[in-house]
Amino acid sequence: MADITDTTPAIIAAPASKPTRRIKWGLVGDHAILILGSLFMVVPVFLVFMTASHTPVTVHTEGMQWWLGDQLAENFHAAMFEKGGFTDTVDGMRMLMNSMILGIGFAVGKIIISMFAAYAIVYFRLKFATLAFWIIFTTLLLPLEVRILPSYEVIQGMGLTNTYTGLIVPLIASATGTFFFRQFFRSVPEELVEASRIDGAGPVKFFIDILIPLSRTMIAAIFIIMFVFGWNQYLWPTLITTEEGFFTLVRGIRQIVQTYTDSSIPEHGQAMALAIIAMLPPVLIVIFFQNWFVKGLTESDK
Amino acid sequence: MKRAVFSNPWLPILILSPQLAIIAVFFYWPAGFAIQSSFFLQDPFGFGSTFVGVSNYTDLFASSEYLRVAWFTIIYTVLVTFFSLAIALLLAVKADNVLRGAKTYRTLLMWVYAIAPPVAGLMGVMLFDQSTGPITELFGAFGWDFRLGVNYWDTATAMIIVAVWKQVPVNFIFFLSGLQSIPRSVREAALIDNRSASGRFWDVIFPLLAPTAFFLLIINITYALFDTFGVIDTLVKGEPGNNPMTLVYKVFIDGFRGNDLGGSSAQSVVLMVLVLILTIVQFRMMERRIHYT
Repeated sequence: MADITDTTPAIIAAPASKPTRRIKWGLVGDHAILILGSLFMVVPVFLVFMTASHTPVTVHTEGMQWWLGDQLAENFHAAMFEKGGFTDTVDGMRMLMNSMILGIGFAVGKIIISMFAAYAIVYFRLKFATLAFWIIFTTLLLPLEVRILPSYEVIQGMGLTNTYTGLIVPLIASATGTFFFRQFFRSVPEELVEASRIDGAGPVKFFIDILIPLSRTMIAAIFIIMFVFGWNQYLWPTLITTEEGFFTLVRGIRQIVQTYTDSSIPEHGQAMALAIIAMLPPVLIVIFFQNWFVKGLTESDK
Repeated sequence: MKRAVFSNPWLPILILSPQLAIIAVFFYWPAGFAIQSSFFLQDPFGFGSTFVGVSNYTDLFASSEYLRVAWFTIIYTVLVTFFSLAIALLLAVKADNVLRGAKTYRTLLMWVYAIAPPVAGLMGVMLFDQSTGPITELFGAFGWDFRLGVNYWDTATAMIIVAVWKQVPVNFIFFLSGLQSIPRSVREAALIDNRSASGRFWDVIFPLLAPTAFFLLIINITYALFDTFGVIDTLVKGEPGNNPMTLVYKVFIDGFRGNDLGGSSAQSVVLMVLVLILTIVQFRMMERRIHYT
């Protein structure tokens, strides 16, 4: 907007001053800042990818690499299919599978449970509705990290360490999803309920035939957010899974870092390859379903 | 609340019960357990525990190490919150200004959201490596002898940079969507009143963004306090030693390395109270923001 001059009134000037194609220095500055910001975000990951294509010795002596080497396929192959790189008994495939189970299991479980709960809270006349609401939403206050040791003790007491149940279910014990769906259900026009009641639809039919189809975008958005959240869990899997067969990719990162302190020349290339594999699925989902994801994320603020 | 509701006596209870059951077992039980064990001293050999009243708490606040960690947590939280909000706001304002390439910028600036904190931490380990890290070399060019894992404040710097890098995308998404929801008419009116772009921003746009900014402030404080666990754990390579750590990391270290259930629980309860205060503040402000929008 730097081209508004003193003599012309602003309103007329803004659209009318187009023909003179002067370089707008303000805009150039904007782009420069945006490009710098994008580089700040992209370059570290670019370096990781390039480093993943070199031998450990090269990386050990020269540090991270800016150009593509010849070990890319080897390192990725080793990270995915070889056992005993950083862990003794699992390969990358197994960890990828565990990450998928955690990400999808967490997202699906959370969506089902919270949709039901939100439906009950919003659409039913309940005697203890306010109480249920507060019981559920108090959980928003305390992230798992805060009550980590007692949670661990409880899960261990139940014999759920090194099980997928112990890995997934305690993470679902918070109300974020319920809160999302409650907000969304409350924005659904009331006429719909009335109309379907007149047509003789009961609560089950209304839920399946009307509410679920209406919530499709919302479900997709929440699925993406929850999948990324579940996939990226670190502290809880670190505590709950001590058997390597249950390691997720993100949990495996801890193993990498620990071998870093022990060995003289760590397998840098493989480590970076594993880091790329660990970030790829959530990153792709976020990029491809960007619009849903952004919508879902920012709606939570309303 | 909605007016038109179903009145079925058993169905709502049935569909509420999974959520309530999970919360009861995996939330209220552990939380209660934390409060309870914070008043007990556990025998290190597992022979029961003795009631010690509030001595776990008094020990905590008398411990110079705990206070040092608390101080570091405050500094760390303030810096991470400030820089990730400031950078994201700047980028969002610029991304909202440009027409050409706006979508590409948005993608480039937000995708890091999906990277797990420990993965970011591992990248930090490589980037800040003492002998070969590119950022270490960059700092070296300015005469800063950067030593990750050796020098307390150098390690802290790396933690803050990695944590900010990881958090800018979230803030960017929220700021951009906040900016885009400001009506055109408001912007045009501001254009007439105020010719300076920065004046327009601080007088008109920023106050309209204030609710988003406040919401993000709370989100960022929570992030810095709790979600950066993975960043810290990987950057100190699981061996805190003399390195800086946050309160949450100390809960973990004392509980799982030190086997100090009582002390760790007392720390958990302190954090719970902290989060409770934050949330109350947040709800208060959320009520007030109705006046803005």
